[in-house]
Amino acid sequence: MAEAPGPDGPVVPLLEARGLVKHYGSVLALDGANFTAYPGEVVALIGDNGAGKSTLVKSLSGVIRADRGEMLVGGRPVSLGGPLDARRHGIETVYQDLALAPDLDAAANLHLGREIYRWWRPLHVLNRTEMRRRAVAAFADLGIELPDVTAPVATLSGGQRQSVAVARAVAYASQIIFMDEPTAALGVVQRERVLENIRRVRERGITVVLISHNMPEVLAVADRVEVLRMGRRVARFIASQTTIEQLVGAMTGALSTEESA
Amino acid sequence: MTRLAPEVPARSLGRSPHVLRRVLAAGEAWVFAALVVMMVIFTVLSPGKFLTLNDLSLNAQTTAPFLLMAVGETFVIITAGIDLSVGFVLVLCGVVAGEYYLNNGGPNAGAGTIWVGAILGLLTGAAFGALQGIAVAKLKIPPLIATLMGLGVAEGLSYLITGGSDLRSVPNALVNSIGTGGLGGVQWLIVISFLATLLFGLILAFTRFGRYTYAIGSNPEAARRAGINVDRHLIKVYALSGLLAGLAGILDLGYFGTTTISGHPLDNLTVITAVVIGGASLFGGRGSMLGTFIGVFIPELLATGLIILGVNQYWQYILTGLVLGAAVYLDQIRRRLRERV
Repeated sequence: MAEAPGPDGPVVPLLEARGLVKHYGSVLALDGANFTAYPGEVVALIGDNGAGKSTLVKSLSGVIRADRGEMLVGGRPVSLGGPLDARRHGIETVYQDLALAPDLDAAANLHLGREIYRWWRPLHVLNRTEMRRRAVAAFADLGIELPDVTAPVATLSGGQRQSVAVARAVAYASQIIFMDEPTAALGVVQRERVLENIRRVRERGITVVLISHNMPEVLAVADRVEVLRMGRRVARFIASQTTIEQLVGAMTGALSTEESA
Repeated sequence: MTRLAPEVPARSLGRSPHVLRRVLAAGEAWVFAALVVMMVIFTVLSPGKFLTLNDLSLNAQTTAPFLLMAVGETFVIITAGIDLSVGFVLVLCGVVAGEYYLNNGGPNAGAGTIWVGAILGLLTGAAFGALQGIAVAKLKIPPLIATLMGLGVAEGLSYLITGGSDLRSVPNALVNSIGTGGLGGVQWLIVISFLATLLFGLILAFTRFGRYTYAIGSNPEAARRAGINVDRHLIKVYALSGLLAGLAGILDLGYFGTTTISGHPLDNLTVITAVVIGGASLFGGRGSMLGTFIGVFIPELLATGLIILGVNQYWQYILTGLVLGAAVYLDQIRRRLRERV
């Protein structure tokens, strides 16, 4: 992992959050949280339950707005008014629940909200052939084998559904993909397949932000790890030089490498 | 290892379970089969009598308003909603048009007046539907309640506008065209309702509007995150249902030559029955216009067939009820079959 940029490396971060604060009523979910993702890396975001991972990811993917703080994409400040804004910056999210429509087929899900049309455009007549063709190509690109792209997603296995959601994100993400607990609901074999997908995505030069609870998995697939505790970033690690004990220590507060913001 | 299991049979058994699943999954396949079986039975039992052209056309004519409402209801049910107001919106729209005709020439009103009245009726239906859609989408009132509320409002308004007695001064020209006229020998009622079914069937199957309807019924949160304006789409769908009920109301007005204020109390249930028999799932995400089309005619054909066979025609209600139960049971089986992980 020599090419992975270090925390203080010269590379301009692709995505940077500075001092994000988010209140939910009287609960302080983010307390000046920082986050950095560099181009072409897999960075894991870990933390105990309630550490603020979900809130941070939702802020970064435009689902919610932080009360205070700054977000920069490619060094330039941005303001995300919604998930569509995030998409415009090339940021896609694979949600934990996958956000698929089970009655629609894989091709339809892949193009949901971004359908391709034919004939006279104002009629919005779907171009199924083209969407199917692109779906097959998108799955093939990731080395995903689906028995049938025209079968409703509900008939696919958990791992295959996961693949559809990942392929959708990859098809549109030009910069970053957030993956929220992508392996939480999967069996051993399918889990391995998802990690394989993550590596393939990185090979395409897209940054992956992996939110996970699973320490061995994080160390196996991530280049770097950022640790969140009580709404703040408390530590950053290079995965190849880190042990599970260090990660757990940082998550529980026994260890801190980050100066308080 | 339980999680591994689903992967293995899919590969090793090849396509056979898959094909079976696809056939079962096609919502309209079984209803089409039921239709064919029914026709064969009736035709064999009474050769030459069942399904003469006259039967067909009379069936289609009396069924036209139901068909129109069922087309709108199909969209609503696919979004996992329900529209209980359709029969009462039909009446309200007929009353609005009838009231306009009453004040603008009555029986002798010309084509211009007829069109204005008809458009007023259609707009009433669309606006009424849109309001119900707003109640569902924005106020988050469950569709069952929102349209139950709408049902009461539409009924009350119809009685308030007319003072409780049906309006009979319907333009003769409207009665003569809708009631008895036609296009190339086919009654207008049939022409209009079939064309509307075809048009909205194409929209449901092949356009963005249809795709979003399925997506929202299947997983509204996924649709929202995909950037679809779910609220706006739901409002459109309920407005469409109101519009088609309004169209049915205008046709009804022409067909009977009078408003029929108290004549449609169970239309909503008839229409929902047809749509569900046609393979649409009350859980949303599934359904087709071909299925609905067949579903509308199955009770009618049952009735005709029973009459021809000399069986007490009230068996129709029992058989329709059983067919409905079978349709929903099949939908449940389908759901269980495909949830394989």
